[in-house]
Amino acid sequence: MCLAIPVKVIELLAADQALVDVGGVRKEVDVSLVDGVQTGDYVILHVGFAINRLDETEAQKTLAMLREMGVAPEAAA
Amino acid sequence: MSADPKVVRRGYIRALDLKRGKVEMSHGGGGRAMAQLIDELFQLAFDNPWLRQANDQALLSRPEGRIVMATDSHVVSPLFFPGGDIGSLSVHGTINDVATSGARPLWLSAGFILEEGFPLADLKRIVDSMAAAARAAGVPIVTGDTKVVERGKGDGVFINTTGVGVVPDGIEISGHRARPGDRILVSGHLGDHGVAIMSLRENLSFSTNIISDSAALHELIAAMIRAAPDIHCLRDPTRGGLASTLNEIARQSGVGMAIREADIPVREEVDAACELLGLDPLYVANEGKVVAICPAASADALLAAMHIHPLGQDAAIIGEVVEDSHGFVQMETSFGGRRNVDWLSGEQLPRIC
Amino acid sequence: MKYVDEFRDGKVARNLAQSIAAEVQPERRYHLMEFCGGHTHAISRYGLRDLLPPEIRFIHGPGCPVCVLPIGRIDSAIELARDHGVILCSYGDTLRVPASERMSLLRAKAEGADIRMVYSSADALRIAREHPEREVVFFAIGFETTTPPTAVALRQARAEGLKNFSVFANHVLTPSAIQNILESPEVRELGTVPLDGFIGPSHVSTIIGSRPYEFFAEEFQKPVVIAGFEPLDVLQSVLMLVRQLNEGRAEVENQFSRAVTREGNLKAQAMVAEVFELRERFEWRGLGEVPYSALRIREAFRDFDAEVRFDLPYRSVPDHKACECGTILRGLKQPQDCKVFGTVCTPDNPLGSCMVSAEGACAAYYTYGQFKGAQPVAEAS
Repeated sequence: MCLAIPVKVIELLAADQALVDVGGVRKEVDVSLVDGVQTGDYVILHVGFAINRLDETEAQKTLAMLREMGVAPEAAA
Repeated sequence: MSADPKVVRRGYIRALDLKRGKVEMSHGGGGRAMAQLIDELFQLAFDNPWLRQANDQALLSRPEGRIVMATDSHVVSPLFFPGGDIGSLSVHGTINDVATSGARPLWLSAGFILEEGFPLADLKRIVDSMAAAARAAGVPIVTGDTKVVERGKGDGVFINTTGVGVVPDGIEISGHRARPGDRILVSGHLGDHGVAIMSLRENLSFSTNIISDSAALHELIAAMIRAAPDIHCLRDPTRGGLASTLNEIARQSGVGMAIREADIPVREEVDAACELLGLDPLYVANEGKVVAICPAASADALLAAMHIHPLGQDAAIIGEVVEDSHGFVQMETSFGGRRNVDWLSGEQLPRIC
Repeated sequence: MKYVDEFRDGKVARNLAQSIAAEVQPERRYHLMEFCGGHTHAISRYGLRDLLPPEIRFIHGPGCPVCVLPIGRIDSAIELARDHGVILCSYGDTLRVPASERMSLLRAKAEGADIRMVYSSADALRIAREHPEREVVFFAIGFETTTPPTAVALRQARAEGLKNFSVFANHVLTPSAIQNILESPEVRELGTVPLDGFIGPSHVSTIIGSRPYEFFAEEFQKPVVIAGFEPLDVLQSVLMLVRQLNEGRAEVENQFSRAVTREGNLKAQAMVAEVFELRERFEWRGLGEVPYSALRIREAFRDFDAEVRFDLPYRSVPDHKACECGTILRGLKQPQDCKVFGTVCTPDNPLGSCMVSAEGACAAYYTYGQFKGAQPVAEAS
């Protein structure tokens, strides 16, 4: 229902904005909905706003669980 | 040969102010103002023997072979974008329409509809760009027309280009010739042009290194035909993208198509931009790519010939033509699942859902 | 793209599908409702149905905010642009939805109404700042994922004292919709719509957390697995649901743990609570009136409520007679069951919202070609 995509925070800007990158595309987004965003964090972007931070540890856990199925996904770049 | 074209013809009291001037109604009026615009802007930039005749038409020699004609009107917004502008686009687009019949493009015409108030500096930039594109392609703009509409009745500038070319006997390239068993090839990465344009739209602004792929394809196509004279179909996937082109050909030929997602070249940035906006790269416009459909036996030679040419370095075989009375274009996803790649309905709009 | 590509690995997908096939009990059917339109879209786009055993049946739910927006509300939006002369800012999804009198926002725009597509509520604010002489209305739609961005815009508008900005709010709530479905006679008593479990929405859940679903699991004894957005997430969630059903469990499990916690995004929730309050009732296309299922702008932000600023009488408009969106949204029918699907009603000429929105079941089916007419393609030699 909600088109959202994980993006990487490249730079924090004034007025609760941040510059993010996904696949080489950059955009300025609003980060006021998520506390303590740091450069290097991954956040989920929806309609120009970061709606939550992505937990990298949990992401790796999920990938590991998927890996249990026998075939490892390509290592993250 | 007439006098040095760089010398502005006498009779104009003052040269056009190409830096700060604006298009006025008189520039389309047929009088001295229009003549001056043509002389100092169009003629100077396009300069060739036909235009120097200053007639309302171009007298052309009879070519050997069957004559091909194509026309295209260009209304792109924004007028200037990374990798090109409406001018170069209009030259490349019509050259490509002619070339995808297998024809060698010979001559172009250019008709301009200018909006009153449009900056002459921008017009000069566009015209110079057209001239450069035409010269690089070796296809002169031999005749043209200019009209001016009142402020508010145009989008700055609309351009129509018509192209004429010639096809040698023995070449039969048409959308109705695809046959089951044929291979489907694309000449390179898809979606660049559309993404480059979209990145400039005010409300979507994202920054990207993607530039439009706008290019004249006639020389690539000539090389392709030399390598595989039995090519069945050629088409450039402009508006509506690859998906629309394949559906058109499938319908014309009464066949189906089976393509593989994993083999379709799309740049990571284009993928990312499309993800961001909820768009499908298969439907995004291209302005410098060609789709080719050829008998299976010729596919490898065709691919090799494309790879040698600068505009075909990333060419790939993406699928086959199959029997299918429904005319579906089916795609094997990178998952091994199957989905239909349908016609585009309406305009693809960015979405939030 | 990081955190995207890894979750689209085809090899892992096939292994997951095999595990699912191994664990489904033959002769048993697993009716799983994917509530979220994004999941409907993913299932179609990646051809997941082809990978899964026939025991798995997907039922499409009403998780498409464009699909459930009643015609009357779109009529009001058109009225704002056409009759009140505002600059109406709308997300792309809503522009093509058919409303009354064969109108849509896009058609109204073609006829001269100042309707502008925006990607974000921030764009609408910017337009308001740039045009102080015009009234600017932001047509806000969406479930809980999209509500916080509207809340941020309203707070900003108030902080800046913008005089010409208002919001036409149509935000709806996920748990209410789920409850409505679970309490419907077809599901609860008659059993005509067998519903075994839920694939919970990804991004709504990042905001509201996993807690709200615990009530459903408990009260209705249906397992819920909150699934991430990518196809591997969906497959893994299907496996988790199959296991719960096989083992007779009815719990809330969180497959999307990289973005969803039990509590959700408290900051976003607080901002929404500051700006919005519950409407006693709201009409949903296909579901009728659902109590406490939608949000209204609070008193403190009344100045920015388009429904207060402008006189907008609401007229409920029934769907086209042949349109089955209502039953499809409730999971009672599939798109192919609709008499006009693919014939009169197509993406080019949509009669109902299920066909217009990219997330709509009918659009997903049509676009990705799941309809019976498609013959399997023989492999070319």
